[in-house]
Amino acid sequence: MADPMRIRAQAQGDKTTVRVLMAHEMESGQRKDSAGKVIPGWYITEVTAQHNGKTVLSAQWGGAVSKNPYLQFSFKGGKAGDKITVTWVDNRGESRSDEAVIA
Amino acid sequence: MKWLAYGAACAVSLAGASALAQKSAADAIADYRASLQDGNPADLNAARGAALWNKARGPKNASLQGCDLGKGPGVVAGAAASLPRYFADADAVMDVESRLVHCMVTLQGFKREELTAKPYSSDGQKATEIEDLVAFLYDESRGMPIAVPTGHPKEQQAYQRGKQIFFFRAGPYDFSCASCHSADGQRIRLQDLPNLTKTAPAQAAFAAWPAYRVSQGAVRTMQWRLYDCFRQQRMPELKYLSPASVDLIAFLGVNANGGKMAAPSIKR
Amino acid sequence: MMANRRQFLQSGASTAVLGLAASAGLLPAAAQAAWSKAAFEAKGLAEVAKALGGAAPVESAEVQLNAPEIAENGNVVRVAASSSLPGTTQVAILVEKNPNTLAAVFDVVDGTEANFATNIKMSQTSKVYALVKAGDKYHYAVKEVKVTLGGCGG
Repeated sequence: MADPMRIRAQAQGDKTTVRVLMAHEMESGQRKDSAGKVIPGWYITEVTAQHNGKTVLSAQWGGAVSKNPYLQFSFKGGKAGDKITVTWVDNRGESRSDEAVIA
Repeated sequence: MKWLAYGAACAVSLAGASALAQKSAADAIADYRASLQDGNPADLNAARGAALWNKARGPKNASLQGCDLGKGPGVVAGAAASLPRYFADADAVMDVESRLVHCMVTLQGFKREELTAKPYSSDGQKATEIEDLVAFLYDESRGMPIAVPTGHPKEQQAYQRGKQIFFFRAGPYDFSCASCHSADGQRIRLQDLPNLTKTAPAQAAFAAWPAYRVSQGAVRTMQWRLYDCFRQQRMPELKYLSPASVDLIAFLGVNANGGKMAAPSIKR
Repeated sequence: MMANRRQFLQSGASTAVLGLAASAGLLPAAAQAAWSKAAFEAKGLAEVAKALGGAAPVESAEVQLNAPEIAENGNVVRVAASSSLPGTTQVAILVEKNPNTLAAVFDVVDGTEANFATNIKMSQTSKVYALVKAGDKYHYAVKEVKVTLGGCGG
């Protein structure tokens, strides 16, 4: 199974800023190996985040997002102690969810 | 089509005080580097390393929590900032990676030859356990002052030998570490080459390794940095954890004393 | 700074692993939404906008794109895209000369800021676009990012 994400969520006023680091190869599907064969694409296609059960992020990615992806977004309404859940799904159907507490 | 032809042969050219070194380009690259400081993937390595450190593993089914990195058994915080140093139990000066392997052998019962056979991950491969553990150990010294000791005679000898190696010219290019790293304002293409004989650049360089290399998608350790410098000089291979490697790290570390650890950093 | 880092590590260490729930099909509905294959395979700004369901995009000062002038390595380029257009529902990041132009698209759900940052790969020096959907119109901001291949050190 994929390694855990690192999630930092910080509330300031009524705004919560979330920074996420995901462990994923993000193979673009454009590279060739030393034998000249195309390395099959393997990358995260969908990312979502929930705060108190409400979706606060919904994104679609392609193979051009960097290896070990970084994501930053902000939403209104979070406060310290609330939980935030981030989920990704890749083009192989693998997925991972992690939780963090808003600081 | 490749995203980038990385791994391309590195031409060793000393641009010196070339007029190509435009201020604006340097500023733009500084901006690029600054933009990546938040979200360093080495944090993922450090997290894996912490889990490995605390897990009972190996033939002896033991964790590394009893490992003495120089500040007493089990003390990890700040230890990497004070290595290399002399360890009486091994009667040798050891750097972070040497001591880590020593603990994996003595505490966990792993075979040294197996641990050191492939310390660095290759392109597209998962990080090695050593890379993850090293990222964790340095992360625990982040912000700490570099304080590589010279009190023990063997520490002084290591420093002196490291200094000799640094200035020793050899190989088909008649090169030494000092050829690139003992003058101000030298570059390889866009990369500034720090003058490691001066305090401030020595501190900045020592503090920043290990680092996540964007071009390789991997955390590279201090041992790797020296190994690759030797390769670039067309010197014989610098053997992993060899006395020569530890001596050089001791030389660089002592020159960097007083600086502040910032590793694992992120580099191009 | 130190405290923040530690909190980061601790919060990471204490996260619950929900991978099983995800693989058991218990994902939130949004995560199972169809991936816009056509948009990710489209070439160039106009085609991507069309594949996303919009008309020809126009340049707008209300769209902001933050990207470095020079990327020392095209494997990782930090890009931030945001919009101050009322009614923004989508923010996308595009790289004109990549094999596939579209890199990422973010839906702006209620309560979320139209402001996203991520790291992208660039195969070569290229124009980078922030493409924004507001109402039923598409707007963009553009910036050229030079990609260099570095030397040996560092």
